[in-house]
Amino acid sequence: MTPRAKHLSLFGMMALLLIMVGTLQSWNVALTILNLCLISAIMTLGVNIQWGYAGLFNAGVMGFTALGGLAAIVISVPPVPEAWQAGGSRTMLGLCFGGISIGIAVVTWLKTANWGKKRYWLTGAVVIAGYAVMRVTVDPGIAAIEAVEPAKTGFLGGFGLPILFSWLVGGAFAAGAAWVVGKIALGLRSDYLAIATLGISEIIIYFLKNEDWLTRGVKNVNGLPRPVPYEIDLQGAVWVQTWAERLGIPVIEASSIIVKLSYAALFLSVLLVVFWLSETALKSPWGRMMRAIRDNEIAASAMGKDITWRHLQVFVLGSAVVGIAGAMLTTLDGQFTPASYQPLRFTFLIWVMVIVGGSGNNLGAVIGGFVIWFFWIEAEPIGLALMDLITAGMDPDSALRHHLMENAAHMRLMTMGLVLLLALRFAPQGLIPEGKR
Amino acid sequence: MTDFLNVLALLSNFAIVPGLAYGSQLALGALGVTLVYGVLRFSNFAHGEIMSFGAMATILVTWALQARGINLGPLPTALLALPVGIAITIGLCLVTDRLVYRYYRQEKTQPVTYLIVSVGLMFLLGGLIRFIIGPNDQVFNDGTRFILKAGAFKAMTGLDQGLAIKTSQSITVVTAVIIVCVLFWFLNKTRAGKSMRAYSDNEDLALLSGINPERVVMVTWIITGALACIAGTLYGLDKSYKPFTFLQLLLPIFASAIVGGIGNPFGAIAGGFVIAFSELFVTFAYKKVLAYLLPSGFAPDGLVQLLSTDYKFAVSFMILVIVLLIKPTGLFSGRTL
Repeated sequence: MTPRAKHLSLFGMMALLLIMVGTLQSWNVALTILNLCLISAIMTLGVNIQWGYAGLFNAGVMGFTALGGLAAIVISVPPVPEAWQAGGSRTMLGLCFGGISIGIAVVTWLKTANWGKKRYWLTGAVVIAGYAVMRVTVDPGIAAIEAVEPAKTGFLGGFGLPILFSWLVGGAFAAGAAWVVGKIALGLRSDYLAIATLGISEIIIYFLKNEDWLTRGVKNVNGLPRPVPYEIDLQGAVWVQTWAERLGIPVIEASSIIVKLSYAALFLSVLLVVFWLSETALKSPWGRMMRAIRDNEIAASAMGKDITWRHLQVFVLGSAVVGIAGAMLTTLDGQFTPASYQPLRFTFLIWVMVIVGGSGNNLGAVIGGFVIWFFWIEAEPIGLALMDLITAGMDPDSALRHHLMENAAHMRLMTMGLVLLLALRFAPQGLIPEGKR
Repeated sequence: MTDFLNVLALLSNFAIVPGLAYGSQLALGALGVTLVYGVLRFSNFAHGEIMSFGAMATILVTWALQARGINLGPLPTALLALPVGIAITIGLCLVTDRLVYRYYRQEKTQPVTYLIVSVGLMFLLGGLIRFIIGPNDQVFNDGTRFILKAGAFKAMTGLDQGLAIKTSQSITVVTAVIIVCVLFWFLNKTRAGKSMRAYSDNEDLALLSGINPERVVMVTWIITGALACIAGTLYGLDKSYKPFTFLQLLLPIFASAIVGGIGNPFGAIAGGFVIAFSELFVTFAYKKVLAYLLPSGFAPDGLVQLLSTDYKFAVSFMILVIVLLIKPTGLFSGRTL
């Protein structure tokens, strides 16, 4: 089978699976899965840029996704004027102080390179003093903001701009965080990047959960504005009613299908753009250089390539793509719930997608995103049914059967771990291997 | 003078005593990470889950013992169950090495693949643990809760501030001291320990000297399994056992190992205490301390906390960042196993 035929058959099978869900379960479910497949595919592309192009292990995909989600609320939610009046300027001033003191600390550090031990103490003193000034300025401001109708707002709100804009901003947020982490951890032992990203992603989630003035914390931000029409408006439109009648489905279902289709169109266009850009980059001299670095760092650096800088570049780019996908995800959900960010779902699952799909191959990353997400969703009903079958011979009231049925949901975790280990061992090339160029 | 003693009691109660216990737990965890790094040369992301698995095994045995009415009186029954838990955890480590890691060792794969494999194993084990014991909180600490109660301390010394020492805290510290002594004796005095150090220092030279690498790896996993099970059980006894906390513990454990210089057991212990004490002192509310030390009327209104308790994991990250920026080889670089 030629590679092209193989790719076509893989994507054809995926389409067939989705159509099967559409006819057997419902088209609503099928489209929900499709939308998340598309977002997963974009995230997978981002991780593939880091891992497949450069061999960097990012254990903090979750953090970058969450930063994208933060961008969605910061951009789209209308501002809360009362909160801005109560403590907005004070908080902003404090944050400016914080930024300035970081700047002073960096300058101090760079300018005192030959001061010996004094360098550490001086920089430390600058950081502590700056932190104290920031806290003293910010704390009352934050308290005032959080006191403004805590049940309804209690945060600053956002800029009230169209939410589509936040996709770009989400990418920028994630890129910024990635730059800081990369600057610290790249150029050292390869494990340190993994550990540092693991740490930063946990801290980002803690930050989002606890800084109520910015994100409302665990109180969540609901009802984000949408880039597509609302179901209720569609149900009133004449063309929707005639369309639903012609297809013989209820108007309510028709409207929700239209909404999901419009999301799918948006996501698909982003996916195509990102895919085209990554493919172009991979085929360009830049991509050739990245692969050369990945395959033999010593040889590449002997050829005059700046490894650390190139790694930083690719790490920031990949994280930006993940951030974009994170903003898209929050847009699709219509709400921002910091507690829903689990490393399993947002870091690990994406890795399974990349490895199973085929690291280093963008098409492989996309199909990996589709296949794994599909089975991740469908594994739950399948797992329950399987467990039911296994325990069918047992006494229906037995404690063991009860326990097994109750914990069947954790089978997913195990299955995915197993899938990753098996893929790494027996098919390290993935579904669509990188191939020779 | 009384003020000063009160401050001392306050700090001991809320920072020093918990810090000693938490530091010992981190040190035991970091020792396992460091040994695996030193011999197998990868950062084991599954270590947190191995600790969790060990604690789970101990809990299950504890329950079985309790159901038969066996207990240790004032001490927690878990201590009696611990040897069985250790044996089970060692078994797990050996099985995963045989089924998973050995293949990559023979293939001489690059370290980053090991890393991903260990992440896969981490989730596999996480699922297995939740499947067996469920995702909820399990309390398995029986016996006397305190060896020194706050009230008794106040009556004894006449101070305003109480000092409470939990049984689990003292058990943690005592066990950690014993384990560390045994470990260092093993590494420095026994043949197996010396061959482990030799292998970690220079693999090729060790092979030339006739050291069997598979044996060294096996010994490493046995020690790692034992350390992980003890660390997990002690942590569970001291706080409570919840499967998801072990993923969060991974960061402080790695930070401890790196702060001390990864691959260096002495550094891992020092790093554990550095991380534990910084975490507690940075998130400590200094309000009461200042109230004692400052003249009356100057007592602050706020909690005077450097960082809110929610960010305690950020502390280990910050220390990690500082170490990576200033001295990536760690505090005790230059010495391995």
